[in-house]
Amino acid sequence: MKLKRSLREAIAEQVHDGDAIALGLALESGIPFAAVHEIIRQQRRDLTLIGPISDMAFDQMIAAGTVAKVIAAWVGNVAGGSGYGFRRAYEQGQPRRIVMEDHSNFSVGLALKAAAMGLPYLPTFTGIGGDIVRGHPRIRPIGDPFGGPDLLAVGALRPEVAIIHVQRADAQGNAHLWGNLGLTVEAAYAARRTIVICEQVVPEAVIRSDPNRTVIPGFLVSAVVEEPGGALPSSVQGYWRRDFEPFLAYHRMSRTPEGLQSWLREWVLDLPDRAAYLRHMGEANLARLRVSDRRLAAEANFAP
Amino acid sequence: MTSRYTRRELMVVAAAREIRDHEVVFVGMRLPLLGFGLAKANHAPDAIGLFENGVIRDRPAEAFIYTMGDPPNIVGAVACLGLVDVMSLLQQGRVDVGFIGGAQVDPLGNLNTTRTSSNGALTRLPGSGGAGDIASLAGRTVLIMEHEPRRFRERVDYVTSPGHFPGRRRGGPATLITTLGVFDLSTRRVRAASLHPGVTPQQVREATGFPVTIEDHTPATAIPTADELAYIRHADPDGFWTGDSMKTG
Repeated sequence: MKLKRSLREAIAEQVHDGDAIALGLALESGIPFAAVHEIIRQQRRDLTLIGPISDMAFDQMIAAGTVAKVIAAWVGNVAGGSGYGFRRAYEQGQPRRIVMEDHSNFSVGLALKAAAMGLPYLPTFTGIGGDIVRGHPRIRPIGDPFGGPDLLAVGALRPEVAIIHVQRADAQGNAHLWGNLGLTVEAAYAARRTIVICEQVVPEAVIRSDPNRTVIPGFLVSAVVEEPGGALPSSVQGYWRRDFEPFLAYHRMSRTPEGLQSWLREWVLDLPDRAAYLRHMGEANLARLRVSDRRLAAEANFAP
Repeated sequence: MTSRYTRRELMVVAAAREIRDHEVVFVGMRLPLLGFGLAKANHAPDAIGLFENGVIRDRPAEAFIYTMGDPPNIVGAVACLGLVDVMSLLQQGRVDVGFIGGAQVDPLGNLNTTRTSSNGALTRLPGSGGAGDIASLAGRTVLIMEHEPRRFRERVDYVTSPGHFPGRRRGGPATLITTLGVFDLSTRRVRAASLHPGVTPQQVREATGFPVTIEDHTPATAIPTADELAYIRHADPDGFWTGDSMKTG
């Protein structure tokens, strides 16, 4: 049974100490914060985080001591720049030392794409002449067998788990996502296991009515969880607006280790689950962020 | 009518002027996002904007956005592809101009957004994001910087986004827009194209940690027109990106 009763159950089953986890793949939207917080509550250790730009999700996981390594193009807080949790870990080894594998957005995308394609690497021109690729563990110079200019090979990156937040999925994990995609598809195809978190579990007829919108076929999915608002404070197209203030609040609080720990207690450790997080936000905030107006796509006729 | 404007509004106007009609632009956030909208409204109605999250737009978002992933940037988009798709278009040579910024810049237009070290103290910055890709692969790049001595270095501590280097396949830094002026980087030496109104050559030299050519007849940066200001203030009504404690003009 792929459909889980709770995110707690899905994380307990699918995410283990030492796993490499890809998340935050749609960039600033659909960040699976509910899953991030559940992983922190379940005290996973020695994780490797994979993503393009992670906004404050990676920062929180690093500050909570769950992370040993980060493979990413950008780690911080889009609202404020610096990620103080990341900086303290990288600069001072607090709460623990982390290994950083720097990428650009394209190179981390190519690493996932190579794994998604079943290839050992993909060639690219990006990064030539810069310091990211110098002595890089996953990026090496190669020649062009057809006689063109030299390139860089970006080695495949296969996450143990990809965590994806989508608008809707059926109980088999067939997932509809619209709006930002980022690296969602590459990561889901590359990962050994994919957790799909959705705003709504829908009947399979809804999915089959619009197969082009299925970005992840269910046979690639290990677990499905319905968790409305599970990406807040990031946005979900058609469901939730971005809540800007929590990013600023986290930015302010995380300046000191004490402030950050107090933020983690208030918003993660002292709450049992996402339902409690939403109650803590308050109905007025939820009402402000919930999308109620409609901008529907035109019908597409699939009649044979 | 004398319009008052901020430094950042002046920089948005300068950024817009770097976009020609029918060009494909890798947009980015903050000032370039507003510059793209302004160029579309004025002289470049047929410019196309690519965003690294995969969004392709041929008109600005209808509402204010904090990030390129915000829902108003999706509504009315031409397409929502993936990151690898738009980066592939960039690699293929389909992007004419891209905008990037950084914590440090050097005379070759190298940008650092990864880490700095001063007096042995290491400071970790967020990293490349898509900037390294735009720097590597766009037809030309426009750099946007705060003009401060600690940022304008003979050599950057780390090259996140490569500038000019021997053997470059295409592109490279064309223009540097700062809080003090607009500089031509295309010839591999830094030459002032214009200084913002009220800025002196000495001010620029003191804020620049490398030689910069400022000719006697260097013009003043053209100030925003009333129409340009009206557009910027419509797009950024609270001055979130363009507000500036230092009112000029």
